[in-house]
Amino acid sequence: MSEIALQVNFGLNIALLLMLVAIGLAIARTRSLLAAILLMGMYSLASAVWLIVMDAADVAFTEAVVGAGISTVVLLGAILLVRAGPVRHNWRMTIAPAVLVLGVGGLLVYAVTGLPEFGDPASPTNAHVGRSYLIQTSDEIGVPNVVTAVLASYRGFDTLGETVVVFAAGIGVALMLGFGPRSNLPRAPAATGDHHVVLRVTAKLLIPLIALFAFYVQFHGDLGAGGGFQAGVILAVAPILHALVFGLRGTIAALPVRAVRSVATMGVLLYSGVGVVCMINGGGFLDYDYLFPPSVEAMIPPGLMGEPYHAHHWGQHFGIFFIELGVLLTVAATMVTIFYGFAGRAAEEPGAST
Amino acid sequence: MVDALHLVGGGLVVAGALLTLLGGVGVLRFPDVYTRIHAASLTDTGGATLVLLGLALISGLTLETLKLGLVWVFVMLTTPAAANALANAAFSAGHTPRIGAFQIMKSLAAGEARSDTQRRETSDDDKSSPP
Amino acid sequence: MLLAAGVAGLVVAMTMMIWRAIVGPSQYDRMLAANSLGTKIVLLIAVIGYLSGRPAFLDIAIVYALINFVTTIALMKFFRYRTLSRPLGPEAKDG
Repeated sequence: MSEIALQVNFGLNIALLLMLVAIGLAIARTRSLLAAILLMGMYSLASAVWLIVMDAADVAFTEAVVGAGISTVVLLGAILLVRAGPVRHNWRMTIAPAVLVLGVGGLLVYAVTGLPEFGDPASPTNAHVGRSYLIQTSDEIGVPNVVTAVLASYRGFDTLGETVVVFAAGIGVALMLGFGPRSNLPRAPAATGDHHVVLRVTAKLLIPLIALFAFYVQFHGDLGAGGGFQAGVILAVAPILHALVFGLRGTIAALPVRAVRSVATMGVLLYSGVGVVCMINGGGFLDYDYLFPPSVEAMIPPGLMGEPYHAHHWGQHFGIFFIELGVLLTVAATMVTIFYGFAGRAAEEPGAST
Repeated sequence: MVDALHLVGGGLVVAGALLTLLGGVGVLRFPDVYTRIHAASLTDTGGATLVLLGLALISGLTLETLKLGLVWVFVMLTTPAAANALANAAFSAGHTPRIGAFQIMKSLAAGEARSDTQRRETSDDDKSSPP
Repeated sequence: MLLAAGVAGLVVAMTMMIWRAIVGPSQYDRMLAANSLGTKIVLLIAVIGYLSGRPAFLDIAIVYALINFVTTIALMKFFRYRTLSRPLGPEAKDG
């Protein structure tokens, strides 16, 4: 990185952190829930740029799609379900939380002084296991993106846990709000004389492109930033946009609640199924080196998976492929289930806002 | 040759950033929502075109150029549509333009908004927002 | 050098948008500011990618351009109809 790029990075760090502080103060100050949601979306946008400046492309990707996209839509759905506005408390009731917040904040600031320098090669995160991941990935796993290798292979069990957490969150929301609308959804209006032609045409153009781009992110995850989580959220955005523009009734006709639910379950089953296949073939749970039995690996022509050639790269490659597919299915279906829950619930109470 | 392309590309990027900056000034200084939408959406699409064209000149003919083209297509599709939706929502919620020459439109909009509100019986959301 | 100047201009424009979002006055101003901030961030990501020699950041810029639109539509629909499930159109006869 050139000298000028470093200087620009430094300036950007300061500018973006100041922006985050300003937006955070505004969120704390505003009395309007809607303004708070809007400002939180902007906070996510700005913090994702900051993550890009810090060269954490995968995290920035997630922050962009989850923080700025899905959570704004879900929060809007949530605000439709609560009827109360902001509540003003007696100032005495705020003393204990304020002391707690100041205490924790002071401890965090104190902890910052003990952190290693940014990019310090001798820091604990860079020295032990992180360094060995960086050194051994090309030999042991054979995918260019080390983040994907760590996430899907070295720490595959943790990622299974995360996928199950996402699934459990979807089940929880569905149990509380219903899997989808049970009663009357508004019908599609007559198509003449409305002012939303522009939106409908744009949405029709964009929805397939969004779905296509989700699959690009999914299958490009081995090589660059991206992967199952990000792709799943992007894929879920396509039906959400459809529901926003064309109505939830049409979306549910195209993607029935039952189908979405089974896809979410299938994703978790696919992920853990890969682990079980590895165990059957004599390895540990999610040990992709054993995904294919040696008799299959012997049939692979050399040079097909690039250099340096190892037969187990084949198993690693397909193991990562399948578990990322499982993550994609679970995350996308769970996000759609959550959206169905919030949006469909609001449709049942048409008088809620008046 | 390559240096000249880099220079022209960098110049286009700066021009696009200046256009965006101009739009920012408009968003801060203009009196009501509609003029602000006008300022923001026009300069956003124009600035995006200039910046992405400049970057395309810098990168030459590679895969990145295709991606820049994709970004351009998406920005050109979404920004005007979002501005249209925004102005539509603001108008139907009863926001009236505030510029002097639009007095006729203002009274029209007020009448339209009133009948619109009565027909749909929705509450005006601006009452919940702080002044 | 020129790219750095472009980054500076975009950051100042972003600050203006954040200022507009904080002061309001109406929610539509905030929506406008959020949408416009998103477009500026798309451009900023693209320029940063070229400045630091990582054009792969363009993927994230594309995602931003898409997500930003969906968020704006959701907000617009929320403000106008107070529901996320209704189709867009002229009348709510049976809503």
